Amino acid sequence: MSKKMHITLTVNGKEEEFLAEPRELLIYTLRERLNITGPHIGCETSHCGACTVTLNGKSVKSCTMFVAQADGAEVTTIEGIGGPDSLHPLQEAFKEHHGLQCGYCTPGMITRAVKLLEENPNPTEEEIRFGMAGNLCRCTGYQNIVKSILAAAAEMNAAKEAAE
Amino acid sequence: MIPAAFEYHRPKDMEGVLAVLNEHGDDARVMAGGHSLIPMMKLRMADVPHLIDLQDVGGLSGIDISADSIRIGAMVTQADIIDHAELASVAPILREAALQIADPQVRYMGTVGGNVANGDPGNDMPGLMQCLDATFTLVGAEGERSVAARDFYEAAYMTAREDEEVLTAITLPRPQGGYAYEKQKRKIGDYATAAAAVQIVKDGNVCGSAAIAMTNLSDVPVFSEAAGAALFGTSVDDTALKSAVSAMLDDIDPTEDNRGPVAFKRHVAGVILRRAIERAWSRA
Repeated sequence: MSKKMHITLTVNGKEEEFLAEPRELLIYTLRERLNITGPHIGCETSHCGACTVTLNGKSVKSCTMFVAQADGAEVTTIEGIGGPDSLHPLQEAFKEHHGLQCGYCTPGMITRAVKLLEENPNPTEEEIRFGMAGNLCRCTGYQNIVKSILAAAAEMNAAKEAAE
Repeated sequence: MIPAAFEYHRPKDMEGVLAVLNEHGDDARVMAGGHSLIPMMKLRMADVPHLIDLQDVGGLSGIDISADSIRIGAMVTQADIIDHAELASVAPILREAALQIADPQVRYMGTVGGNVANGDPGNDMPGLMQCLDATFTLVGAEGERSVAARDFYEAAYMTAREDEEVLTAITLPRPQGGYAYEKQKRKIGDYATAAAAVQIVKDGNVCGSAAIAMTNLSDVPVFSEAAGAALFGTSVDDTALKSAVSAMLDDIDPTEDNRGPVAFKRHVAGVILRRAIERAWSRA
């Protein structure tokens, strides 16, 4: 056992403070310490992207980050993106276009897609496939995921235009 | 997966980093983005009693472009390389290579410094930096020194960097002429089965100079001086391409692994280098 560290994290806008060993991986902090179980543990080897969260504005795989590195950071998980009563346009589009089957990869997919559309609000199909390459899905064959993201982008752009 | 326990250090400056390194010697390791080191720690293949996180150390994340050279701080990420418009225009091969490394999440964290310092034969930046004749800046208790990328790699994970030194920057001359980074991999995100970095200058109708380096085809990146020389003074026709490929094949030493047997890797290396030269020449 190494010495515990005092950690401060802002998760989905809420400040969390606790003592943790530096070796604790961020995905375990979220799931087991803070009971935020949207981000999933898939491969645990930084391939599958099921654990994707947004950390200080970047999409990261939370299985490949020590909680000590994240000390002081702002983290957004799927819980901070939308809920049953207020679905994010991406969540709505995944539901509408069958962007999921078992749903295991979906929180990571959507968390990553939110960031992708932030950086590139009007992506081509190819840009979506390339920008989502860090997230694996074993059910859909990706076709409907791409379709969902394209639909959400169109929806979000239309809403933005309407607001202007 | 739970890695072994360690003491975590997050110094604010290089003196702080060097102090921990000097106190703990090879019990301490510096970490940049962590996307090579953390997986190894999780598998307990790397034992790091003292982990030094570089994220708060200032002065390591700049990209400085001058009239004749480019300086890239060790903490510049692959995503930073991809997003830097001026860098993409003066040294487009860097962006082309960075886009072929791992996946978006990993590119936000993975750094150029970590990629070159780690000494993993699978990493793409070491071969690329040899092609571009880059120089690595190493800082230690004795001060600063520079080592050419072409002299830096000794064996897998063994480099000219001493345990108590930190690689802080990469400096390269502004690349001239056409370029290509060509990589064959089993799937997106994978390490190369074979990759080639080519930078080539056209002088009239002939090749005025060519630099060629190969990735993951030996226990170190391979700068093939002979392959570049085979193109020099030619019109980069089929005969020249064949002799460059043949010279390169004499310099690589691939081993059989889950990416295929030796004969396959040599075949792929030849195909990839030919494509890279053709593409670089078409851009020269």
